This record gives sequence, structure tokens and C-alpha cells, in this order.
Amino acid sequence: MPSWYVRRVLSSLLLVVVLASAVFFVVRLAPGDPLDRATAFDSLGDHERALMRERLGLDRPLAAQYASWLGGLVKGDPGWSLAQQRPVADIVGGAVGPTLLLTVTAYALHLLLAVGAALAMAARRGRPLEHAVRAAGLVAYALPTFWLGLLLILLGSRQLGWFPVGGMRAADAAFLPAGARMLDLLHHLALPAATLALGTFMGTARYLQAALDEAMGQDYILAARARGIPERTLLVRHALRNALLPVITLGGLHLPALIGGAVAVETVFGWPGMGRVTVEALWARDYPVIMATTVLAAAAVTAGSLAADLLYRRADPRVRMAGTERA
Amino acid sequence: MRRTVDPNLVVGGLLCLGFLVLAALAPLLCPGDPAALGPAGLGLAAPGLDHVLGTDLLGRDVLCRLVHGARVSLLVGWVSVALALVLGTAVGLAAALGPGWLDPVLMRVTDGFLAFPRILLVLLLVSLARPSLVLVIAVLGLTGWMGLARLVRAEALSLRERAFVAAARGFGLPAWRVALVHVLPHLAPTLIVAASLRIGGAMLAEAFLGYLGLGAQDPQVSWGAMIQQGRGVLIEGWWLTAFPGLALTLAVLGYNLLGDGLRAVLDPRGREGGRG
Repeated sequence: MPSWYVRRVLSSLLLVVVLASAVFFVVRLAPGDPLDRATAFDSLGDHERALMRERLGLDRPLAAQYASWLGGLVKGDPGWSLAQQRPVADIVGGAVGPTLLLTVTAYALHLLLAVGAALAMAARRGRPLEHAVRAAGLVAYALPTFWLGLLLILLGSRQLGWFPVGGMRAADAAFLPAGARMLDLLHHLALPAATLALGTFMGTARYLQAALDEAMGQDYILAARARGIPERTLLVRHALRNALLPVITLGGLHLPALIGGAVAVETVFGWPGMGRVTVEALWARDYPVIMATTVLAAAAVTAGSLAADLLYRRADPRVRMAGTERA
Repeated sequence: MRRTVDPNLVVGGLLCLGFLVLAALAPLLCPGDPAALGPAGLGLAAPGLDHVLGTDLLGRDVLCRLVHGARVSLLVGWVSVALALVLGTAVGLAAALGPGWLDPVLMRVTDGFLAFPRILLVLLLVSLARPSLVLVIAVLGLTGWMGLARLVRAEALSLRERAFVAAARGFGLPAWRVALVHVLPHLAPTLIVAASLRIGGAMLAEAFLGYLGLGAQDPQVSWGAMIQQGRGVLIEGWWLTAFPGLALTLAVLGYNLLGDGLRAVLDPRGREGGRG
């Protein structure tokens, strides 16, 4: 009997293969041929179209195409872009870094905002500040991410001129010394990362606030309070530490929201990441690219939930016991 | 115990009611085609006495377009969530009360759908056909049922152990009859809360699709498409960006508050968190 860990990792890998297959067949079994839908070939005649189809292997049986696509995917070669006429791996490969930079920065900001909001609500329970933070959070939860991005561009870039309007680097960035290049990158990153963090932090803040409330009612807090430790220390040193543990270990579960939000943020700010690549491929109906980014996102989400599962079991022995009978 | 009305319910209810009334009265408030061009020579005009919220690049009244846009936004929100509700309830009930082999199969399918960030799945599916309102509704319904299915399954599994369901099963009633007649009515409060918390998310997704040009097409008005039109004149025509986004935020806020308020009334145990 392989251990729980081995089975969990294997089933995640299997899931990604199944999801990739589903993406392939959904795209290929939908009415219409990828070549006919792709806008890059609108001007081609029937004969040229047939030649192109042959070159791309679209005339082969679907099963053979599926096998070679899946094989290529495993080897890191998910095909040929119809719109850009270059390997999909080049397009997607160049976009992974910017998206990672954006989502990791945004998640760090997200945690800071969530901890700040939760502490403010817990420390000022029933006072005006709690209600104000709660109301601000409800509004943040309802804001359309792409619109929030536009508002920040309107205010921060166009009106005040503090931030660049979009993109990832200034036009002359390549000629700058390393330090200045770094600053330029951060300057471009600020608004997109803030938008993404503002759009996602409220769920975590609410969770943390409930966890803080619960922790503050525990016996160990009562005991510490009896020893005369000030409330503020109790909240920050004792309760927060316990409330934060599941937030950190389950961080991987935020990936769907972060990746989804990144699509909107990258589109609005012209950030050259996976989301922007996906949207541009979508406008051109460039299926090899859309399929690759969708599969990559699903793989990232699966890896995130796997990581959350593994970390949570390490951090909390009770889950380890309870989880053994569950397949 | 003093009975007080939950402020979430009041504010949320009023916002939702307000937008519903606006959407219902759109043809009366703003008769005519919302896509028709304004008078010749009138382009972008700032908010003023003639046009309270200004006009867009084609000289069309922004307030009128906003009111007509509410129809599309609400229609997509309600119908796609209704579709997701039917799908999720069917899957959840079948998993909990159907034959034993069905449960793991349906739950794996649910997990599979949940492994995609929803917006990517939506974009992939929308790209497969010509953009239209019906397509947007269908795709949002098809990608919004998973959380509801899990919720229904969990509730139905616990109801299955209760005496009245066990009795119905003991009488030899077919599983579908037990599910629909004996279990489903008890799920109503949970489902109403869960559905109302999802309408806002569907409206946000519709607006983003409209912004990308993949949503409802002219002459239908999408708030997201209105925001897209303001993208090129962010400063000079700030009202094109500001007002549709504000309307969308208020409408989404309304449904989120309504859902929270309904939960406090209908489902005090409150298992269902947020949208998802």
C-alpha cells in the first residue's frame, strides 16, 4: 500500500492529464475547425487553407492529433501558435515570469491587508472603526477588478502622474543600471499588484477576523490575560499566530482567485503575463495558445491545492489522523 | 430577545429592488433604441442639465444606456445562476441519493471543474462560438454549479439519515422521488442563500466579458462594454468609465448584502461562505 502522500501526488498528476484531455476534446469537438475560427487565416482561399491544415497536422485522425498534442505537452512543447506563427512554448514561457511576479507580490500585499483589516476589526470590536473596515471590505468585495484597475490608472497614473500607465518596463529600461532597472520594474508593478490584492483580500480578512475572535475566547488567552499581559500583545503575539497558521498553509487555495484576477489586471495594465496572452489569443481565436494557458492554469491550481493539503497535514496532526480512512 | 431587522437585508434588498425597477422600467424611462446615435454633431459631452450623466463617444445618453445595461446585467445574473442552481442541485442530489457508484464519479467531475480558475474556463468556452447574450448565460451557468453541487450533496447526505427520509426509502419509493419530494424542499433555505450570493459574481463575470468584447453584442448594452468604450478617454470622458462601474459595484454589493442578510434569517448556522 503506497503512502497517502504518494497516492495524493499521483492522483493530482492524473487529474491534470484528464483536464488537459478534456480541454483538447472540448475545443476540437466544438463545431467548426480551429483553422476556420482563427482570425489569422480569414484571407486565405480554400486551397491554401487545405495546405495549411496539412502542415499543421489538422487533417490527421483526431486520436493521432490528441496523442501528439499530449505527448508534446508532457515534453514542454504544446504546439504552434496560429496567430503568431511561432512555438506556443515561446509565447507562454515568456509570460510565466511576469505572472508569477505579479501574483506573488499581490499575495504578499493581500496578506498584509488581510492581517491589518482583521486586527483592526478585532481590536476595535463594536466601535466605529470596526464598522468602517467591515463596510470598506464589503465594497472591495463587490468591486469589478478590471474597473478598479482603470480607476487606479485614472487617479494614480493620469491625474497624479505618480505611476506609469501600463506595461512592465519603461522604454529605456534596457539601458538603465541594474538598481534603477529594479526600481523601474517595481514602479510598474505597484498599481497592478495593488489592484489584485485589493480585489482578493477580503475573504482572508473575514476568515482571519473570525479565527481571531475564536482564539481570543480560548483558555490559553484567558490564562495569559490573567498574568497581566496587555490586550494588544495577546492579540498580536498569541491569537494572531494561531489564527494565521491555516491561512499560510492553505495559501495554495487562493491560486484560482489570484490567477483569475490576474487575467483582468494584466488586460487592463498591459502586463505581459499569462492572462494577457490568453486574452490576446482569445481575440485571434488562437486555440493552441488558449489550450496551453488553460491547462497550465489548471495545473497550477491543482498544484496549489496539493501543496495546501500537504502543508496542512504537516502543520496539524489532527487532520493526519482523520484523513487516513478517507481515500 | 429583541427582534431587529438585519441592516444588510434592508440595504441589500433596497439596492436589488432599485435595480430591478430600473431594469423593468427601462423602455418607459428611455424609450427608443439605446444603441441609436445621438443627434448629429453631438459627441462626447460632460454630465450636465441635458444629459445628467453625460453622453458617450457617439452622443448617446449615458444614463439611458446605464438603465438598459441593467437589463442585460440582471438577466445574466439571474438566469445563469438559475441554470447553475438546477445543474448543481441535480448533481448534488444524484450524488447523495443515487446509486453508490455515482457519488465518487460525480464528485471527481466536480473537482475537475473546480481545478480551472473559473474565468479561464469561461473564456475558453465563450471563444468556441459567436459572442452573444445566450452564450454568456449558458457558459456562466455551466461553470457556476460546482459549489452548489457540493453544498446540496452535503445537506442531502445528512438529511438521508433522518427518519422521514429513511421511511420514504423504506417504503420502496424510487430514489428520484425521495430526492425531489422529500429532500429537496428542506434544501430551499440553503439554496436561496447560496444562489443570491452567486448573482453578484455572475454579474461581474458578464461585465468582464463585455469589457473584452465577448459578451452581449449591439444593440444590447453591457456595462462592461460601456467601460471599454471609456478606456481611450479615461480623463476627458471619465464619466464613461465611472458610472457603469459604479452601477455594477452597487448592484453586486446589493446582492452580496441581500445574501448575507438572507443567510442570517434563513440559515443561521451559516455554513455557506462567500461566492465560489
